[in-house]
Amino acid sequence: MSALNASPDGAVHNLWTHAAEAPSIEYLQLSPALIVLGAAVVAILVEAFAPRSARYYLQVGLSGLALACGFATTVGLAVGGYATDKAAVVGIGSLSVDGPALFLQGVILVVALVSVGTFAERRLEPVAHGARVDSFAAQPASVPGGEGEQAAIKAGWTTTEIFPLLLFAVGGMMLFPAANDLLTLFIALEVFSLPLYLLCALARRRRLLSQESAVKYFLLGAFSSAFLIFGIALVYGYAGSVQYPVIADVVDGTVQSPSPALAASMSNDVLLLVGMAMILMGLLFKVGAVPFHMWTPDVYQGAPTPVTGFMAAATKVAAFGALLRLLYVVLPGLSWDWRPVMWGVAILSMVVGAVVAITQTDVKRLLAYSSIAHAGFILAGVVAMNDRGISSVLFYLLAYSFVTVGAFAVVTLVRDAGGEATHLSKWAGLGRRSPLVAAVFAIFLLAFAGIPLTSGFVGKFAVFAAAAEGGAAPLVVVGVLSSAIAAFFYVKIIVLMFFSEPAPDGPTVAIPSVLTTGAIAIGVVVTLVLGIMPQYFLDLASTAGVFVR
Amino acid sequence: MDPVNYLYLAALLFTIGAFGVLIRRNAIVVFMCIELMLNAANLTLVAFSRMHGNLDGQIMAFFVMVVAAAEVVVGLAIIVMLYRSRHSASVDDASLMKL
Repeated sequence: MSALNASPDGAVHNLWTHAAEAPSIEYLQLSPALIVLGAAVVAILVEAFAPRSARYYLQVGLSGLALACGFATTVGLAVGGYATDKAAVVGIGSLSVDGPALFLQGVILVVALVSVGTFAERRLEPVAHGARVDSFAAQPASVPGGEGEQAAIKAGWTTTEIFPLLLFAVGGMMLFPAANDLLTLFIALEVFSLPLYLLCALARRRRLLSQESAVKYFLLGAFSSAFLIFGIALVYGYAGSVQYPVIADVVDGTVQSPSPALAASMSNDVLLLVGMAMILMGLLFKVGAVPFHMWTPDVYQGAPTPVTGFMAAATKVAAFGALLRLLYVVLPGLSWDWRPVMWGVAILSMVVGAVVAITQTDVKRLLAYSSIAHAGFILAGVVAMNDRGISSVLFYLLAYSFVTVGAFAVVTLVRDAGGEATHLSKWAGLGRRSPLVAAVFAIFLLAFAGIPLTSGFVGKFAVFAAAAEGGAAPLVVVGVLSSAIAAFFYVKIIVLMFFSEPAPDGPTVAIPSVLTTGAIAIGVVVTLVLGIMPQYFLDLASTAGVFVR
Repeated sequence: MDPVNYLYLAALLFTIGAFGVLIRRNAIVVFMCIELMLNAANLTLVAFSRMHGNLDGQIMAFFVMVVAAAEVVVGLAIIVMLYRSRHSASVDDASLMKL
């Protein structure tokens, strides 16, 4: 002990000499994420101990309850002023609970709640050996088409592990936009990515495609997160800390009396620029912006459609939240360096997404390219660098996520003998065969296109207005042009559905249970309400659009 | 020894890993190259931790190791699954979906 105390400079780490004080944790502010992650752990135990027949109902009930409780707590915190006056950095500086964080956590929770419905849907697949099954593999470990798979289907097994995986992913996504240091950012990214890689591999039909999409997503996702962590290491080397406020001070050059090591590293801008570029690369991969978009179409096409809907909506919300906080809290001092780059990324995403989508023949791939274009539109709001930029991005994410979940839920309904009929030619004449489903899908497509009276229009207007105000007028021009290109193929599908003859061997539209119906209905209601009466939500987004520092 | 040398070594390892990911065709080898990149990040973190005289970097290195372990669990599960259904772990063979 004494030998340890007698260090050369006398400055022993104080843990040796003093009883360490337990840090105070703000459990109240952290409760939404704690509820969801706690429920995920309980769901694992359910998976381990509950009998197979009871698992489905237990898991659906538990996930639904946890997400609803999490949402109620988030709303409670927001009403209690934790989004505005009492916004604070909590958890020993690792998380910030403020307006954007609570707003995006609320959106993620509702999207996840809706997704639990589409995950749990058991009326779409034909009854297999007397058991109703969902769209996930009977036993993912079995070889597709092999004896093990047949035995598992015959036994009526289902993969109820999807619910704990969903909950873990949601937990990570809730922490991601709230992360206030780079370590939490990295951990939250992995916590939500790893379950998503697995979920992609679990489709019941077309399992080879599903497995391929999981491999591609996993390898590219791990590659991008390696860049992220190396970037974090370089920025840590530059600033000597991973906490956002400290890094922001070092970037701004407002540090009081830096240590010699910090003074030396602060003078080396290469560390900062390369490090930040790598971190942004990791985040832009997650939002699926060009040129980091190559995984998006394959993964969206191959993954089980309920997973695609959840992933497309919630990942984008979480990743844009993290990107906003990083750019607005840590890097405003560096905006002359990153703004031109983000301009380029935004323009490329809008143009490539819109143009390549025209040539697509698969509805899931088409929606994937559309999501790339939307990432570009949202980036136009991000580069605005003003208060309206934050609030417009928040609003856009709210609008976009419900349209996406709803649209993919509709895709699960249109089926033929091989499962979902995703080829566009199969959708011809759908409006004659089942007008309601086609009309609902048309509403979602119009919202994607940004036609007035839908949420997409208000969202696009908000981000373009913010971008114009922030001096990014060329971005607005490109955005409007690529919106026009995108509108072409959205309208093309609507024309295909309503004004062409149905093919004789066309798909049937499955009658879903209340779970999917509810998901689609929520999507339609949110789309129309945000389109017709957006004022309340615009105000909400602009109240929430202030980062705590 | 000057800790900067460790940074050069880390950058070299990271580059080798990144090129390996781009060049190699076996999913397992690609994955090992990604692990090499993560370890290069660890070495960078520890070297900077030493230079700055605080422990943040070393603590982060532990977290990165745990994340790498979790990634191995998920990644090997996915790659083994791919191998069992195709009898090949080549990333070139996984090309059912194309533009």
